Amino acid sequence: MTPTYYLVLAAALFTIGAVGVLVRRNAIVVFMCVELMLNAANLTLVTFSRINGTLDGQIMSFFVMVVAAAEVVIGLAIIMSIYRSRRSASVDDANLLKY
Amino acid sequence: MDTVFAPATGALSWMWLLIALPLAGATVLLLLGRRADRWGHLLGTATVGAAFVLGLVFFLQLSGLPDDARSATLDLFTFVESGSLNISAGLLFDPLSAVFVLLITGVGFLIHVYAIGYMSHDEGRRRFFAFFNLFVAAMLLLVLGDNYVMMFVGWEGVGVASYLLISFWFNRPSAATAGKKAFLANRVGDAGFLIAIFLMFASFGSTDFQTVFNGTAANNLASGTVLAIGLFLLLGACGKSGQFPLQTWLPDAMEGPTPVSALIHAATMVTAGVYLIARSHPIFSANETAQLVVVSIGALTLLIGCVIGCAKDDIKRVLAYSTVSQIGYMFLAVGLGGAAYALGIIHLLAHGFFKAGLFLGAGSVMHGMNDQVDIRRFGGLWKYMKSTWFTFLLGYLAIIGLPPLSGFFTKDPIILAAFNREGWQGWVFGGAALLGAGLTAFYMTRLFILTFHGPKRWTDDIEHPHESPAIMTIPLWILAVGSVAAGGLMSTSVVNWLTPVFGHTEHHEEKMSHWTATGLTMALVVLGVVIAFLLFRRGTALAEQPARTHIVRAARQNLYADRFNELVLELPGRLLTRALVWVDNRGVDGVVNGLAAAVGGGSARLRRSQTGFVRSYALSILSGAVVVVAALLVVTFG
Amino acid sequence: MNLLADALASGTVTTGEAVTFWILAPIALGGAIGMVLARSAVHSALLLACTMLSLGVLYMLQSGPFIGFVQIIVYTGAIMMLFLFVIMLVGRDSRDSLLETLRGQRLAAIGLGIGMALLLCTGLARGIGSVTAVGLDEANANGNVQGIAADLFTKYVFAFEVTSALLITAAVGAMLLAHVERRKGDRPGQKELSRLRFRKGNYPGPKAGPGVFATSDSVATPALLPDGTESERSISPVVPVRELTPAEAAPKGTDGGKRK
Repeated sequence: MTPTYYLVLAAALFTIGAVGVLVRRNAIVVFMCVELMLNAANLTLVTFSRINGTLDGQIMSFFVMVVAAAEVVIGLAIIMSIYRSRRSASVDDANLLKY
Repeated sequence: MDTVFAPATGALSWMWLLIALPLAGATVLLLLGRRADRWGHLLGTATVGAAFVLGLVFFLQLSGLPDDARSATLDLFTFVESGSLNISAGLLFDPLSAVFVLLITGVGFLIHVYAIGYMSHDEGRRRFFAFFNLFVAAMLLLVLGDNYVMMFVGWEGVGVASYLLISFWFNRPSAATAGKKAFLANRVGDAGFLIAIFLMFASFGSTDFQTVFNGTAANNLASGTVLAIGLFLLLGACGKSGQFPLQTWLPDAMEGPTPVSALIHAATMVTAGVYLIARSHPIFSANETAQLVVVSIGALTLLIGCVIGCAKDDIKRVLAYSTVSQIGYMFLAVGLGGAAYALGIIHLLAHGFFKAGLFLGAGSVMHGMNDQVDIRRFGGLWKYMKSTWFTFLLGYLAIIGLPPLSGFFTKDPIILAAFNREGWQGWVFGGAALLGAGLTAFYMTRLFILTFHGPKRWTDDIEHPHESPAIMTIPLWILAVGSVAAGGLMSTSVVNWLTPVFGHTEHHEEKMSHWTATGLTMALVVLGVVIAFLLFRRGTALAEQPARTHIVRAARQNLYADRFNELVLELPGRLLTRALVWVDNRGVDGVVNGLAAAVGGGSARLRRSQTGFVRSYALSILSGAVVVVAALLVVTFG
Repeated sequence: MNLLADALASGTVTTGEAVTFWILAPIALGGAIGMVLARSAVHSALLLACTMLSLGVLYMLQSGPFIGFVQIIVYTGAIMMLFLFVIMLVGRDSRDSLLETLRGQRLAAIGLGIGMALLLCTGLARGIGSVTAVGLDEANANGNVQGIAADLFTKYVFAFEVTSALLITAAVGAMLLAHVERRKGDRPGQKELSRLRFRKGNYPGPKAGPGVFATSDSVATPALLPDGTESERSISPVVPVRELTPAEAAPKGTDGGKRK
């Protein structure tokens, strides 16, 4: 077994997250899927850090977490305000910006 | 014989004033607008009167010159200068021009005076006199131009002015249509005239009368070219003079006010064609075929005019067709060539007087009868409008050619000259002219008797017809005097006067003696008068009677000329237009609109891909990512 | 801690690590798949938390104890709890319907997902299939946290400082978005409510109780007005209007057949 397995796992998780974004309609679940994709990216960063023998990957993943935290805060606030005005958390209902 | 024109000297160098005066009148009247309403007619009449006086002065000056130098040219400025084409705005005053100038300004002045009375109740009187002056100016330019281009400028000016005058009451649909019809028919002729000018320029490199005539006389030109020039000139003349096959506009031109009819039909416009042919006599003399065509057209038209004139009930239309027929006589005369050129001109002058008198008389009758034009609703008017009756009588006797009135001295020689043409042609053309004289006598007698004699057949709204005011009757009297005296006075003097222009002609053997021709003509005229008198002595039915013979039916339909134009000229044009419109709508516009519609439709369909569903957009992002990854792999490992 | 680090901080994969991986990887995958499939948002959140915990352990397994703990504390502890709060606020009753409204979306998503996964795996296998890891032994010689700190406060100090700006901006933004300002007069008082009640066109009396005058006493059956029409006002807007079938509307025979 080599560290490549971690990368395969990360690829699988990323794909699952991407499919989740495409098929789920609840905005919160979609958001969670985005988080899953970020986590998959983090796993690759940590694994590459190990393969390359430097800590830069781990630091990068740390930054990703910080950005993810900020993003979640804003994203959830947006979901809240949309829900407040439209009484729905479905991403399909927010489809006014169209032809 | 070379044609050489001498430069103008003395008073003749002021001859541009002849054109400038009426033109200035028109300009002032048109530009001042309503401010000139009160005195505009006086100014308009005064300019023409002054032009007549000037014309008289120039005429005397010209007659003082020796016979062989009796002409004056005046170079005003360079009109067109382009490469080898050099056209000067030049004027020519020679015996022929002088005769026309006197006729135009003299009769024109009388018609102006008459129009002061006739148009006194019309709101547009100032505008009317402006157009009138414009017309006279254009006509004078036509007869005074010393090259064909200047003549053409005047020619077109006459066309414009006639359009404006015929559709003067433009809020009447019939008048507007008549104006357009006249304009269009004239355009056909003008196109012919233009082509003739092009041909002249191509052949002689110039359009000066002098160069063209001398070039033709030098006889080094293919006879086909001369024939073509002649025929195209003839087409132009036919358009302006209402000759076959372009005669249909002339009767419709009666929609204009009566003075317009008088001016167009008697003194000016229709004589332009005769002037053109007389002026171009070296060209026509040089080609037998061209002359033959002119004679044929004249003979055919004079018969057409007579036949239709017998069938019409509208007083002005009868006179209009009589004009067509009289111009036919003039064409016949100028087509015969030689001595007959001068006969055509003197008939033109005599016709100018008596036809103007007849038209103005008809206008006077209409004036007193609430603008009624139907001769079936007149009758017995001689008691109520004595002046009109008497002057009309003189004009009527003049036109049928009763001696010693003017028609006798001018028409009979034409008939005689026609008979004296060689071979069978003499019998055909002479016979036509003779028959025309008889028919003229018939329809003019019918017109006269139905209008002024017989029982009253007035419409109910007319209580008491009144004589026109003096301002209208005085011109009538002057014209009547002219009708009576002109023929006798002119028959020899004018012929001599015109000799420098047309040259001396030797008399060849005569087929028929003078007295035989006169006797025959008189017999036919008297026959026509008697038949008409017997038929219409007791008046006529008030409504149109069913036509029993084909000739009557055809004559009432203007011998199907309008129908012919509609079917042969108008219908294909209309179909072509419709086809072009269709092509334009479906083809040209179709491409443009189709392109726009394709872009619009495509965008509208493409727009639908913007569904607003964020997941669809995410799907395309993922597709893009897959494609990018695949491409990366292919590039890296492929 | 030392023990864990000693055991795992090698470039080579030990048996213990392999065993741990093979236990945690299915859990992470299962959690992820379960998250996508779960109909309830709460279940999704819990399954995601499960995946994240597994990932945290996997980070530690790869000589990253600091980042692993941060993962557990920040992600699982803080971010996921935030998710749960929001679910509690908005999404509790909004279950996803399983019906897909966009035609072909689900099929295309799964197809593209599988394609993506295959492409990535192919790339990984061909690119670094048999790479041997350098290992972080050297970098972690003074301890993982110390190593990260040394880099973070020297090499990445600027980026680190910028994150502070990012975080404060995020905090302010979230406040702005979530906060609804309502002034004192916005809420109608008793006076306004009375006015509304007695305004023109409004019936001030109490609404008819459901089932009154009706053959059925169901709350879904609207009351009948004196003219025989049904009163919309008598039923709750959340209850759908129920049309009675003829069988239901027929007399039930509960009066002992007296009306026959």
